[in-house]
Amino acid sequence: MIEAVGLTKRYGDKTAVYNLSFQVRPGTVTGFLGPNGSGKSTTMRMILGLDNPTSGQVTIGGFPYRKLPNAPRQVGALLDAKAVHGGRAARNHLLCLAQLSGIPARRVDEVLGVVGLQDVARRRSKGFSLGMGQRLGIAAALLGDPQVLLFDEPVNGLDPEGILWVRNLMKSLAAEGRTVFVSSHLMSEMALTADHLIVIGRGQLLADMSVRDFISANSADFARVRTPDTEPQQREKLSSALTEAGGHVLPEQDGALRVTGLPLPRISDIAHASDVRLWELSPHQASLEEAYMRMTQGAVDYRSTIDQRAGLMQPLPPGYQPPIPVPGQGQPGWYAPPPPQPGGQPFVMPGQPGQVPAGPYGAPAAPAAPGAGGPNPYAQPASEDRAPAGPAAPAQPPASPAPAADLTKPEDAR
Amino acid sequence: MSTPQPPQAPPAWPATPDSRTPGYTSPIPVVRTHLGHAIASEWTKIRSVRSTMWTLGVFVLLVIGIGLGTGALVASSSSDLGGESPLALGFFGLLLGSMCVITLGVLTTASEYGTGMIRTTMTACPSRGRVLAAKAIVFFLVAFVVTLVAASVVALAQASMLENHGARVPTGSEWFKGTVGVSLFIALLGLLSLVIGSIVRHSAGAITIMIGLLLAPLVIALFMFAESLSKVRTGLLEYSIPNQLSVFYSNSLTSSGPTGWDPLWIALGVTAVAFAGAFVLLEKRDV
Repeated sequence: MIEAVGLTKRYGDKTAVYNLSFQVRPGTVTGFLGPNGSGKSTTMRMILGLDNPTSGQVTIGGFPYRKLPNAPRQVGALLDAKAVHGGRAARNHLLCLAQLSGIPARRVDEVLGVVGLQDVARRRSKGFSLGMGQRLGIAAALLGDPQVLLFDEPVNGLDPEGILWVRNLMKSLAAEGRTVFVSSHLMSEMALTADHLIVIGRGQLLADMSVRDFISANSADFARVRTPDTEPQQREKLSSALTEAGGHVLPEQDGALRVTGLPLPRISDIAHASDVRLWELSPHQASLEEAYMRMTQGAVDYRSTIDQRAGLMQPLPPGYQPPIPVPGQGQPGWYAPPPPQPGGQPFVMPGQPGQVPAGPYGAPAAPAAPGAGGPNPYAQPASEDRAPAGPAAPAQPPASPAPAADLTKPEDAR
Repeated sequence: MSTPQPPQAPPAWPATPDSRTPGYTSPIPVVRTHLGHAIASEWTKIRSVRSTMWTLGVFVLLVIGIGLGTGALVASSSSDLGGESPLALGFFGLLLGSMCVITLGVLTTASEYGTGMIRTTMTACPSRGRVLAAKAIVFFLVAFVVTLVAASVVALAQASMLENHGARVPTGSEWFKGTVGVSLFIALLGLLSLVIGSIVRHSAGAITIMIGLLLAPLVIALFMFAESLSKVRTGLLEYSIPNQLSVFYSNSLTSSGPTGWDPLWIALGVTAVAFAGAFVLLEKRDV
């Protein structure tokens, strides 16, 4: 049981954590989420007594960490896989930690086996890969067989097998009745591992609830409605009719409408009643990732901007079209981009006219696609499901959806 | 679109097991930890890194190599020592070798900050003072024993080499000062480096400070020609570490200044003050 009350930490005039109160209960995996620089690691360090809070306090089982008798036997922590002396062999590293808290040396070999490092136990940890370093850090956390475990980004650098192992380890530790507190920025991982979430942004508590509640509270499921592009007045008509019926209508860049607050059949009925044809009516559900982005968008400290390369570029060759921005670069609200439209405006490399690159820049999915005002794929006869759109576009559409788009795309239910 | 939840007090939980009843109890018995555990841990640490072997290896090579070299040089030349103690020739090797001890002392603490190991250590032992004390004890003993062995080997070799070259037979107290005395002094110098490393928390910075402390007073004194500064100059010379080291061999550069066991008490006082400062800072600062 970890309990924080009014936890505040200031470094000079920068407030890293402000008035944070939460509880981490035994028997569950509690996820700790927040954007970079939101104070996750600072909070972890205060829990472990490494940093002294400016005000407030945090206790483990009723005691501040530094007052715990034989703390490593009650709390195990992976703060930073790099927090080892690289010149020391893995086994000696664990041995010196074991001796510090009076743990028998054979426990060292036990945990080395648990994390799968027994074959490299006598090698210096300097040569370890990121994943091996994480395993060594996890071994150090498990050394004292503690009832409270803290992990800061435990799956960083692990391979898929390692990620699965950590996921199952967390769950089994929690199932044994231990308190497991895991920070991560991998939403999909948290959705699979954690039962409960604590979300902070800019050092303040944003949410403290179960994963299911978190998703439903922070993701508005919506319907995407598309009217014929050729008749913009129909779109206006439907938009006002839907608003009248109590729905919330948001226009999207490509001309579709994002409707919340109305069930799908009702939208269809309204469209029918106002004599508007529909080209699309699809349900969309937000993922944990989207819910998280939505919640923390105002609390992101480090937001990227578009790389302008001002004054550094060669004169553009004739016929060159500016590249489509990659989703997520300096665009507010990128957290919920519309799903890729089939067709769209593929990016054409200047040197190879008529050839679509296979790389991520081929993504036609950018929310701010310059082709938004251009011909819409749906304006083409419906016989082809992916029609060419731009004038320079080839007859063949991109063979596969671009990975860059998929990374940020919400989990669509269609 | 929903708005973020405002910061709030922990929500009221549904009926759950009481927080005071631990959900998991380890089968491994929990022991009360004390300084002995920390000393065992620090001993494992200091013997399991290569820098210990390197710095101490170079130290022993320097002390014994230079000691035997000067001994052989004097023995082969026709010069007469004129009743001087033969132990004095061990001075040069120890002066150079002290830099190795300084480096190891700094690395014992500062390298933990450099690598981030300190966070792991302080998590495993929240009694920070205990960690510093254990480091100091382990390092001091290692430095003292190694210096004592090296200095004794050199002293014995030189005494036997120079027996027939006009050197007088050293008295018992000279033997004691020339072996145990200098070893304590060098080990204290290393301990001061360890403490400075803990305060500065940066290896290169702390080593620079300590080398500066070792050499700067002598170098500065060399350039103080002005008559008005002569007092300062003498003071710097007398209390410079090389001169204090030579006091153990009764061949001080000056006639006044520290004598006998004074350098040891000075080093002890300075180290104790620095240690107290490091202790307070360690308890107060964030790791």
